[in-house]
Amino acid sequence: MKEILKQLEAKRAEARSGGGTSRVKAQHLKGKLTARERLEVLLDENSFEEFDMFVSHRCVDFDMASNKIPGDGVITGWGKINGRLVYVFSQDFTVFGGSLSETHAKKICKVMDMAMQNGAPIIGLNDSGGARIQEGVASLAGYAEVFKRNILASGVVPQISVIMGPCAGGAVYSPAITDFIFMVRNSSYMFVTGPEVVKTVTNEIVTAEELGGANTHTTRSSVADGAFDNDIETLRAIRRLYSFLPLSNREKPPVLISFDNVDRVETSLDTLIPDNPNSPYDMRELIIKIADEYDFFELQEDFAKNIIIGFIRLEGYSIGVVANQPLTLAGCLDIDSSKKAARFVRFCDAFEIPLLTLVDVPGFLPGVAQEYGGVIKHGAKLLFAYGEATVPKVTVITRKAYGGAYDVMSSKHLRGDFNYAWPTAEIAVMGAKGAVEIIYRSELSDKNKINRLTNSYEERFANPFVAAEQGFIDDIIMPRSTRKRVLQAFGSLRGKKVINPWKKHDNIPL
Amino acid sequence: MFKKILIANRGEIACRVIKTCCRMGIKTVAVFSDVDRTALHVKMADEAIFIGSAEAKESYLSIEKIIQACKSSGADAVHPGYGFLSENSSFCDALTKAGITFIGPPASAIESMGDKIASKKIAVDAGIFTIPGTLAVVEDAQDAMKIADEIGYPVMIKASAGGGGKGMRIAYTQNEVLEGFASSQNEAARSFGDDRIFIEKFIARPRHIEIQILGDTFGNFVFFGERECSIQRRNQKIIEEAPSPFLTSGVREKMGEQAVALARSVGYFSAGTVEFVVDSDQNFYFLEMNTRLQVEHPVTELIYRIDLVKEMICIAAKKRIAYSQKDIKFNGWAIESRIYAEDPRKNFLPSTGRLRRYSAPSEVDTESLKIRNDTGVYEGASISIYYDPLIAKLCVWAIDRKIAIEKMRDALDRFSIEGIETNLNFLSAVMDNERFELGEFSTAFISEEFPDGFNYKTPDQKVSEYIAIIAACMQEIQENRNAIDASDNDLSNKQLKKVSVVGDEHFTFNFKRLNMKRFVFQRDTNDEFEVEIGWIPGDTLVSALVGNVKLNLKVKSTHGSITLEYREYRTPVQVFNPREFKLSKFMIDQPPVDVSSEILCPMPGLLVSLQVSVGDEVIVGQALCTIEAMKMENILRAEKNGSIKSISKKVGDTLAVNDVIIEFD
Repeated sequence: MKEILKQLEAKRAEARSGGGTSRVKAQHLKGKLTARERLEVLLDENSFEEFDMFVSHRCVDFDMASNKIPGDGVITGWGKINGRLVYVFSQDFTVFGGSLSETHAKKICKVMDMAMQNGAPIIGLNDSGGARIQEGVASLAGYAEVFKRNILASGVVPQISVIMGPCAGGAVYSPAITDFIFMVRNSSYMFVTGPEVVKTVTNEIVTAEELGGANTHTTRSSVADGAFDNDIETLRAIRRLYSFLPLSNREKPPVLISFDNVDRVETSLDTLIPDNPNSPYDMRELIIKIADEYDFFELQEDFAKNIIIGFIRLEGYSIGVVANQPLTLAGCLDIDSSKKAARFVRFCDAFEIPLLTLVDVPGFLPGVAQEYGGVIKHGAKLLFAYGEATVPKVTVITRKAYGGAYDVMSSKHLRGDFNYAWPTAEIAVMGAKGAVEIIYRSELSDKNKINRLTNSYEERFANPFVAAEQGFIDDIIMPRSTRKRVLQAFGSLRGKKVINPWKKHDNIPL
Repeated sequence: MFKKILIANRGEIACRVIKTCCRMGIKTVAVFSDVDRTALHVKMADEAIFIGSAEAKESYLSIEKIIQACKSSGADAVHPGYGFLSENSSFCDALTKAGITFIGPPASAIESMGDKIASKKIAVDAGIFTIPGTLAVVEDAQDAMKIADEIGYPVMIKASAGGGGKGMRIAYTQNEVLEGFASSQNEAARSFGDDRIFIEKFIARPRHIEIQILGDTFGNFVFFGERECSIQRRNQKIIEEAPSPFLTSGVREKMGEQAVALARSVGYFSAGTVEFVVDSDQNFYFLEMNTRLQVEHPVTELIYRIDLVKEMICIAAKKRIAYSQKDIKFNGWAIESRIYAEDPRKNFLPSTGRLRRYSAPSEVDTESLKIRNDTGVYEGASISIYYDPLIAKLCVWAIDRKIAIEKMRDALDRFSIEGIETNLNFLSAVMDNERFELGEFSTAFISEEFPDGFNYKTPDQKVSEYIAIIAACMQEIQENRNAIDASDNDLSNKQLKKVSVVGDEHFTFNFKRLNMKRFVFQRDTNDEFEVEIGWIPGDTLVSALVGNVKLNLKVKSTHGSITLEYREYRTPVQVFNPREFKLSKFMIDQPPVDVSSEILCPMPGLLVSLQVSVGDEVIVGQALCTIEAMKMENILRAEKNGSIKSISKKVGDTLAVNDVIIEFD
């Protein structure tokens, strides 16, 4: 008996050593932690339970039969984040470069199946050279098995991908399907085809970092939702994000104790809107001052900056925030911002996270590039996402809400539950000047008259009262009491139940 | 007495005047420009009148508009504050003509003292000690050089109408005279519409000490000791105190007598200040007379327990000064710190914008301690590019200088501002400076003690440990909350172990949490100390009691790492659990982005001139371009040798912060 126990210990030690000391050292020299070390940081202390530690590949080609390492390049299992269940896999770059074999894929599929069955999120830590080429199509089949599970799990349990090394070729599509992708700066990259292939095919010369580094994917492609400076910082941020998410679509997000005052009045918000209607201001200040403890977890902060998305808490409850940002492009909607916000709205709706929408939108961005790029369909995504969402929806219009963009931004007409406006709100088809120039086109030469008409249009429509008279705005609130009012509104919506008509699934304009 | 006083000013001084009027039962009228619609002085006054666009000459400097405002509001007197129209004799005349009382000296006195050259002549005639120099206006740069050569270097080039450091240059060489003359003249023309320049001997290592006087319309005069104003940067005062730690009472008497003699010789009444430079042997020379209330008047008020604004109002209402010189005695020590919207790490360039978070220490008025905060802002107010970037004047009074400094340190620690850069850390650094504590300084203090400008210091071992302890507790407060839900609010008294990394040092702590605020740290088995933390997530200040040491720190960020500020120290602290710490040694610092090949605009402003063109070879320190903000010219200089690759802005462009102006090869 004792011998057998010793044998188990020895086998475990072998599996734990991964690809051996020299490869581990190489990993560390790149500033990267090993797959196991990453799980230690991600999960609560001593909470990790491993599956399939002794699994190894079954390939016999290319001398692989004699080259086996227990675990086969991925560590899988489950653990806790702040006491809450999570399923994880962490690819081990020190073992066959973290390449995906048939068995490697099977291990991932096993935890994904468990996550689905038991209703808990999946976090994947990606650090893999790609397919295990020696295995040929078996490896590709493995990828597809993972993709299939990602697809089926979408909207059932939250899925988070963390790219902590290479992630290339077919491998990128698993993270692509998941809800969030985070990257580590200067040590991770994602692309469908690497720099060598790009050079051969298109003659473009780029580095891996330029082609698919964290900077590229957070500022240009919007593939990633965030980037951090190193492994530890990244994993700690994931722990923070995790606290906003429910375990599955069958559960509500966790409620944390709040140290903040529910009645907190922020008099400084009374001066947030500048006197000049064309001056920008930072919408982030409003988000932060509404949020419990001034805490905001922002996503995609470096992409489509004209819209802000992220999570806050109110009375300890998770809330998804979508807000126009007047600091960039005057806060208008365009292709990128519509896509960014639409996907976020759908995530929140899928996982019962209520939505707070802060509106200051002068309209959709005009231009050839936008029209050719299909702003009609992309804008419709956000419209669709808001319209179909059945979670509690509270909207505050701070300043401009013009034209179609007014409708889009969680308006009353799209089943907004509480639609508030600040006294500074202007809800109209367009700005006064533009409106008068259209209505009185024939009288444009009479400058005085146009000025007078512009003033009277402003008086009539550059305020929230017309909309309030029609009930499209539920109340006009003082900026200083926004937190309190929004918090009370969400509080009253906790029992909200709305069911959309039965359908196989909708047909959002993708 | 007046029924209604209009305050022809803005910001803290307008608020300060309103407070006194309020105490005296006099109604107040504020005036405001376009960008001051929501300013504090507008809120505080009984009524407020709009007087025009943001540029001062369209509003606060418009005599016509202010008189119009007096008429429409029915104000019977005007307090001009400082700056703007406070030393403008035509304003004084115009008011008199309109039958409105000017709360200040007679126009004739303003006129004779307002001109630096004329006032020096009067001073010489009145037998006041003056500095060697020309009494004539300098013709041109060549003339300037000639005069400078005669007096001997270094020389001070001054705008005749100047004040507050504007239009003032020190030159040590002929070349600097040429350069300084041109820029002084430019600045003077732009700021005062008067480009007359004069030159005098520059007294090295002088102190700047001024005497507060008060005269009534019946020819009675008193003086209220001195204010020490030597702590200046770019010739602008930032810390003032009363009394001076340097003057003997004999010298004080003499200075006071000369100040009164000067005032008497021009038929002065109201409050006024006679500025002197004092050399290391307590020889003093007349510098100029300010015919208005000074920015730093509160320190005098605190040690003499008077209200100078009230005195000014009473004198303007033709009341007699009710006491004589022998009744006037000071008590204790007062210090004022001027909190400016400026970046001490960027050579004190102004920083403008919205005060997102603003919290000042509460005012105190007891027999042993007084804390007074004169301000014109509030949380949510903005510092605009149009006016002086003064946020607040934090004043402390205590029984002696040592305690006053101690209390000022503490008050500065509890002052927190977010949204713009401020000089708070720099003021703390001065309070902690040994020479300042000893009172051994001159107007060169800042350039001597901070020769490379100001930058955050790396905390020493002891401060690091305090910061590490506080950060560990803060992280526990944040973390612990994540780990428990609302139904299970148990702090569990469990044993904690954390490692705080501050710079290159790390501190390992074993500790327990007793309740929401209290922790017990264990050094060894028998060495325990308690830590109490006054902070909840979101607060910008953390007050801590570590053992029996009390500290107030500013919290700059709490995610990723916790960034804390304590006086001149600012440091991120990484708080790890032991597992994370063990692994943290593998983490590689991200290389900082190299921006030194670009000259970025450090503040919003106007590009007034470019001194280089594409292809020029420049050396470190060479002037590249000049930006004007808040009427101050700021010269941007090359930080390295190189050649100019491109210039992306042209003269006249309005620039935002971090706009690229020039690129190097």
